[in-house]
Formats: sequence, structure tokens, C-alpha cells
Amino acid sequence: MLKKRTRDRGSNEINASSMADIAFLLLIFFLVTTQIVEDKGILVKLPPWSEVPPDPLKLIPRNVFAVLVNSNNQLLVRGEPANVDELKDRAKEFIINPTQREDLSQSPTKAIISLKNDRGTNYQTYLQVYNELKAAYDELWDEECLRKYGVPYSDELPLDYRKEIKGKIPMVLSEAEPTSYGEE
Amino acid sequence: MSSHFKKKRSGAKPTISTASLPDIVFMLLFFFMVVTVLRQGEMKLKIAIPDATQLTKLEEKSLVNYIYIGRPIEKYAKVYGTKPRIQLGDAIVDGPANIPLFLEQHKVKVPESRHTLITTSLRVDGNVTMGIVQDVKVMLRKSNQLRLNYSAKKKEEAAM
Repeated sequence: MLKKRTRDRGSNEINASSMADIAFLLLIFFLVTTQIVEDKGILVKLPPWSEVPPDPLKLIPRNVFAVLVNSNNQLLVRGEPANVDELKDRAKEFIINPTQREDLSQSPTKAIISLKNDRGTNYQTYLQVYNELKAAYDELWDEECLRKYGVPYSDELPLDYRKEIKGKIPMVLSEAEPTSYGEE
Repeated sequence: MSSHFKKKRSGAKPTISTASLPDIVFMLLFFFMVVTVLRQGEMKLKIAIPDATQLTKLEEKSLVNYIYIGRPIEKYAKVYGTKPRIQLGDAIVDGPANIPLFLEQHKVKVPESRHTLITTSLRVDGNVTMGIVQDVKVMLRKSNQLRLNYSAKKKEEAAM
């Protein structure tokens, strides 16, 4: 009886002050080992595969904006050498054709951008070119949307707004089978 | 008067209770555990993602599968050579022929109603030639996986 009383008198609590240290250790371990991977990129939709080669469409040359990237990462736009920096503005002018020039597209709905590369083309260059062409369309959508609805184009807009804009300026980017030059 | 107050204060022990500190830290810990996604497998390829400006963010991680293309890192150069290779999951594969199975293995983890939203993210080294990328693209088209993302970093505005 006497013994029990002396035991009870001592504190029964477990010392929890080191708990925080343990938790901090775990926290720091997780902070160091994990990395927040934020994946961003250029989203594209590939055309479905078909075994039969597509029919050679009869296109009016003025409606085609042909971009060629060779295995030396040089650019050929509509038959003449060009620079990546001017690609976006040229593509925009081609699609919209503000001055109704004879050699640019009849209307945005008829404009086709054709992209062709070699198997030896550098991936970075290819992506840069693709980025510029996409930027041309993105800017045109933005301008059209601002003019019509007073807001810049974004994916948060109502679906019929977006359909209207994309119906007026559809993005037609066709990629031809690459030629096999400069393969590693 | 002032001496009276002083006496009373010095009597109490001024300790802040740290009993709730572990709870707070555990909360932080759980937050990080939930938010971060552990990358499965090690990277066997050296990949420097190219940069671009027209980027879209990939929202749902569970709907994305990754295909890596790049040159093997030094450790694996002896086994796999120095030419660009494809990595699926944590293994370097022989060629694009292994892609359909890989896509199928990812597909079964996704509810059927969301199969059309599956995106393939191509994480490709900037210094790889298009040949191997083209082969992968053809394979993806053949497997009817048409939503594709060319992974890229945000380009610094000053560089433009």
C-alpha cells in the first residue's frame, strides 16, 4: 500500500518534447527526397493512323504555308530560307491576309500550315518551330476574342465562345512524313 | 505600487507550451506527403527539356503517362551505348515496339470513361534527332493514343 502511493506521486506523463524533433526530421526527409514535378508542355492532337497513304489533295498553292526544317536545322518557308524569329509574324499574316494579297491565303478557314522535317532534325529546333506556329494561332485567337467578346482567349471561356473562335480561325497544321536525311 | 506587481509576476513560471508543436509539424508532413508525387523508378537517361512559350499545364497526373527519350547517363552508357534510347517506366527498352504494352498497362489503372482523356507526355532531350521521336509518334498513332504533350520548360521572357 505504501509502495503504490509513492509510485503515483511521480509524474505519469511521457515526455513528448522530442516528438517535434522526430516529426521535423521526417518532414525534412520528405522535403529533400521528393520533387514537385510540374509538367508543362505543348499539347497536340495526332491524326489517327491509317495504313493507306492519304490522297494527294488538290490544294491551291496560295493556301498552303509550307515550312521545311532540314537536318542542318535550317528553315525553308514557302521555298525560301527563313529565320525562326520571323516565322510567327509571317504565319499570322498568311492566315489573316489583312491586305488581301494574291499570294496569301484566301481566308483563315482555308489556310493550311504544312510542317515537314528530316529525321536528322534536332528536336529542340522542331519544337521551336512548332511553338512559333502555335503561337501564331494563339495570338490570332486572342485578337479575335478580344475584338468580339472583349476578353483574351482562354480555356475558361464558355464552350460555344471557343467553338465560334476556332470555327473562324481553325488550326490546321499538317505534318508530312519526314524525309530520312541525317539520321543518327 | 510597482514593486507589488513585480513580485506577483516573478512568481509565475513563463513557459510556452510546446505540446501542440508535433501536431503542427505532422500536419505539414502529411500535407507534403499528399501533395508530392513520388517519381517511380530512376532516370536512366540524361534529359534536358527544351523550352517554349505556348505551354499548357497537365492537370491530372493519374491520366498522364510518360515516355522518355534521351541518351543514357554515364553509368548505363556501357550497357546501352550512347545513342538516344527510349525509357518506359524505369526500364530502357529496345525500341518503340514496347510502347503499346506500356500504354495498355497504364490504361487498366484508369476508369474506362476517362480513357479518352489519357495524355502521353514526351519528355525528350533537346539534342535528340527527330528520327526516334517520329518512330514513337507513329507507334502512338498506331496504338490510337492521340493526345500528346511535348514536355517543355517556360522560356524566360528576357531571352526573347
